[in-house]
This record gives sequence, structure tokens and C-alpha cells, in this order.
Amino acid sequence: MKNLFPFLILAVSLMTCSEDNDDNLNPEISTTFTFTHNWDGAIVSNTNFNAIQYTNANGELLSIERLRYVISDIKFTSNNNEMTELDVYNLVDVTNANNLSFTPETTIPAGSYTVSFTFGLDNEDNSENYLDLNSESFNVPDMLGGGYHYMQFDGKFINSSATEQGFNYHAIRATDNPGMNPTFPQDTFFTVNLGIIEITNDINIEIEMNIAEWFKNPNLWDLNVLNQMLMPNSLAQIMMYENGQNVFSLGDVIQ
Amino acid sequence: MLKKIIYISVLTLLCLSCSNEDMGYQPTPKSLNIPQLFSDNIITPVIPTNNPQTTEGIALGKKLFFDNILSANGTQACASCHSPQNAFTDNTPTSDGIDGVFGTRNSMPLFNLAWNYNERFNWDGLALSLERQALEPVENPIELHSNWTNVIERLQNHPEYPELFRLAFKTNTITKELTTKAIAQFERTLISANSKFDNYSLGQTSLTPQELNGLDIFLREDKGDCFHCHGNPNNPLWTDNDFHNNGLDATFSDLGLGTVTGDPNDNGKFKSPSLRNLAFTAPYMHDGRFETLDEVINHYSEGLQNSSTIDPLMKQIDQGGVQLSDQDKADLKAFLLSLSDPSFINNPEFQD
Repeated sequence: MKNLFPFLILAVSLMTCSEDNDDNLNPEISTTFTFTHNWDGAIVSNTNFNAIQYTNANGELLSIERLRYVISDIKFTSNNNEMTELDVYNLVDVTNANNLSFTPETTIPAGSYTVSFTFGLDNEDNSENYLDLNSESFNVPDMLGGGYHYMQFDGKFINSSATEQGFNYHAIRATDNPGMNPTFPQDTFFTVNLGIIEITNDINIEIEMNIAEWFKNPNLWDLNVLNQMLMPNSLAQIMMYENGQNVFSLGDVIQ
Repeated sequence: MLKKIIYISVLTLLCLSCSNEDMGYQPTPKSLNIPQLFSDNIITPVIPTNNPQTTEGIALGKKLFFDNILSANGTQACASCHSPQNAFTDNTPTSDGIDGVFGTRNSMPLFNLAWNYNERFNWDGLALSLERQALEPVENPIELHSNWTNVIERLQNHPEYPELFRLAFKTNTITKELTTKAIAQFERTLISANSKFDNYSLGQTSLTPQELNGLDIFLREDKGDCFHCHGNPNNPLWTDNDFHNNGLDATFSDLGLGTVTGDPNDNGKFKSPSLRNLAFTAPYMHDGRFETLDEVINHYSEGLQNSSTIDPLMKQIDQGGVQLSDQDKADLKAFLLSLSDPSFINNPEFQD
């Protein structure tokens, strides 16, 4: 009997170790999303703002003076289609270099996930009252459907008269019939799918925005035609939605 | 035995004195009276952790704000250029200091300052907190033209101030830092949230058709498009507290934010003022160039001047602006005036 004692202790120890290992296989992982910006590969930060130095697909020279946008509803979908949705949003403010990195409070178990997020706010989220977005004056007037901008992208371009002119590429929920009872021709928020990411440890996921894509594909954007007062222009909003599909991509993943 | 008794007595006295210190006087915390419209719509105000609001600090700040003791010759106070009747600005394009010399900037109205989240104050954003803002005018040669050493000496020798500082800050050793802390505490209490439009937002009154049409012009991107810089009904501050070149000049005699940052891209940019209380704050703009609200509206409609740093939110610059009709202008003005709050300028707590 005495001889059995060490074996019992060893067995218990091994069981304990085994439990620990199980825990380590499913640790709660912290995810951080870092937002970077480029113009067809050339890095863009607020230090590159205000100078007319970028050429869009239509051949117009332009500058960036203000860029901020909202992403929301980050989703992790596992191989067996179980989805963890984080009901969060983040105002990425490139102008002031605020919120360029975002770590949701919710952690997730390790695993292989298809990671996606929403550019802008879906219609349900867009009808909420967000005190921080109000404080940033990011609202859309009620007669245009209310809610919030998805993106405010302002700058200047050289127009066909060789003169600097402002542009306001403001993405919102497309609206017709502005006024007391606006109508909505189609949704203009969209899902960005970053693909499958194997998440094993606390992770930093880079989300790249190629700003040039807003002007490129499938709609070749002519700033001489579409430059300002685009919020009440539902066709322009739908074009932004279409061009936005290719704007974001997965960058470096570090864990 | 006697030694023991003395030792115990000294120890007891020491403990008692420590205990007295622990249970000593504390200024009375006084939280800001945050209007419902603010708490419902915008994030909480900025109160520095090293300068919490107290009843005694606010009272001291108010006394200092209205007291000529801060000026070199005892003729002017903060309130000389920041009068309650003018929503804490004055009614001249620029202000004259104690020597009768006028400055180059319009005195800024003072209200809802605790909601200036970026904490850049002054037209050019030079002051990085309300406390620091209050330091400069005392020594500015075209304002109170004093110096802090003299001011502190006068305050320290005053029959009341040492005790008021003790009540506010638990010390009767007066410093310029404590003086501006008290002034900042008072300034943070200057809250305006009772305009006709505020009451409309709360469902307590209605706007006239003209005011409603003015709101529509204010919010429409193809009309006034004022809201991108001056907020909207969901942001009751009516300013973005940011800096813009709003097309006043083709060339700049005053670089504004550019002077502070040294960045030429900031030249000609000035803080967006709140549109609250416009009925009391004429003349307008950083240099007070516009005597009336009509002139301001005309500027955005037809008077824009192009320059390299003009904000891209400015529209139809080649035509001078957004080209409002006379009716649009009148309606916009009616709406803007609905943002004025007579109860603010008449609030007895804000008077001398």
C-alpha cells in the first residue's frame, strides 16, 4: 500500500498538468487592430497631409487634409461557423492620429477564424446615440436619415481649370428624398472580410486602407464632377460603397 | 516613572495632533451642474484631477475674475473684456487694456469651456488648459499689464484673500498657479444650455417655421453646410472646438494657429467659436471685423477669399461662397438667434 502512494501523487500531478494544458489550448486572446493607410503602397500618415502630391486613377492631383472613419461589429467566425461578434465601434482619426490602434475589451478563445468588420455602422447601430461621436460632430443631419458619417475624407485637387478646389468625400447611408421622410435606396455600409487568421496568442492585426482605391474601382472617380455636396447624392454614395469594397486589406499579423 | 509619564504624554499629544490633521478642514466638493441636454448627448466635461471644483475655489475664482487687483494700475479685471452681459466677451472688435492700447484679437466669449475636449484655448489654440490660459492676460502689456510677482504680493497683503485661498486650497500662501486654478474653477461653472433651441430639443417649446427653415439651411450640405464645423442638434456645444481657415483673407496679417504650431499649413486657421449667444457677442470673428450677424452670413454666402490653407469644407469659393438667397439668409439668422440664452447672461451666480 505504501508503495502505491508515490504513484497516486504522480497520477494526480499528471492529471493536474493535463488540465493546465487543456486551459492553454483555449486561452482567452486579446486582439488589437492597427489601422494603417497608404496610397497605392506609399505609406500615408497625417505628416503627409496638406500637400498636393497624390494622383488618383482619373489623373487628378490631390491632397488629403482630413480623414476619419468608423469601423464596427468585428466578427470572428470559426471553421464550424460559430461566430463571435463584438458589438463595438472605433472612430479612426488619421488627422489627429487618434484611435489608430483599437483593442476591444472582449477576448476570444484561440482558434482559426475568419475575421471581418463593418465599414461604417449597420442601420441598427447607426440609429443609436453615441456620445463620443456626437462630441466629435460626426453626425449626419436628420433630413438625410440621421446617424453618423461612415467616413469624412476632405482634401483639395487641381481641377480642370488648373485651380485648387476642395473636395469632401463623405460616406454616409445613401438617402433619397431628404426631409421629414427620407428614403434609403440601398445600404452603403459594408463588410470587410480579412480572411482566415490562425489566432494562438494575443494578436495584433493590421488593417490597411489603400486610399487611392476610393477613386479607382469599379467607378473611375472624376473629382471635377463629384467633389462636394455628395452627402445628399445617393448615386455618389452608392459609388463610394462600390469602390470601398477593395479599399481594405489584411496587413501584418503579429502574435 | 516621571520619564515614562512624560514620554506617554508626548506620544499621546503627537497622536492627537496627527489625528487633528487627518480630520482637518477640506474644501467642499462641488460638481458641475451638467445640463440634461449635455449629459444625454456629449461626453463628460474635462475637470483636471489636480484642480477639482470646490465651493470655495469657485467663490474665490469669481471674486478674482471681477477684481481689478489683477491689473497693474487697479483699473481692469478679467470681466472688463469678458462681461456677463456680453456672454463674457465685450462689444468692441478688439479690446483695450489698462493703457488704452487695443489688441489684435476679439475677446472670446466664455461658456461651456469644460467641454473643450482638446483643451486648446484662445483663437489660436495657444493656451493648453484653462488654468494656463488665465496666466497670460495678467502680464500681457496690452491687457492687464501687470506682473505676477506684484499681483501675488497684493493678494497676499489683502485683508481677505489669504483666508479665501486657505479655504479654497488649504494654504494661505498665494501663488499664481493657485490664482489661475481658482479662476478656471469659476470659468467652468459658466454653463449655457437654456436657449430657445435647447428647450426645443427638450420638447418644451416649438420653433417658428422661419427658424426651422434656418435650421434646414444650416444642416444642408447644398445650402449653408454650417454643421460640419459648428455642430448640430446632437452636439449642443455648437462648435467642433477645432481650427479652420474660413476664407476671411487671401493673405494673412495674423497667422492664427500657424503662429503656435509653426506649421505653414495652419496659417490663417482660428478656432470655430460656438454659435451660442450670438445675440450678445457681436462683433464677430477673431478680429471682430463683422459688426452684425448679417455680415457674417454674407461672408459665407458671397465673401470667401481663397488661400492655400482655406478649409476644403468651404464651398463655391470661385463664386465667393454658398450663394444663399435673401430669404435663406433671413431664415438662417433667425435660427442662429434661437441659440442665444438670455438666462445665461442674467444668471445672478455669474454677476459681480
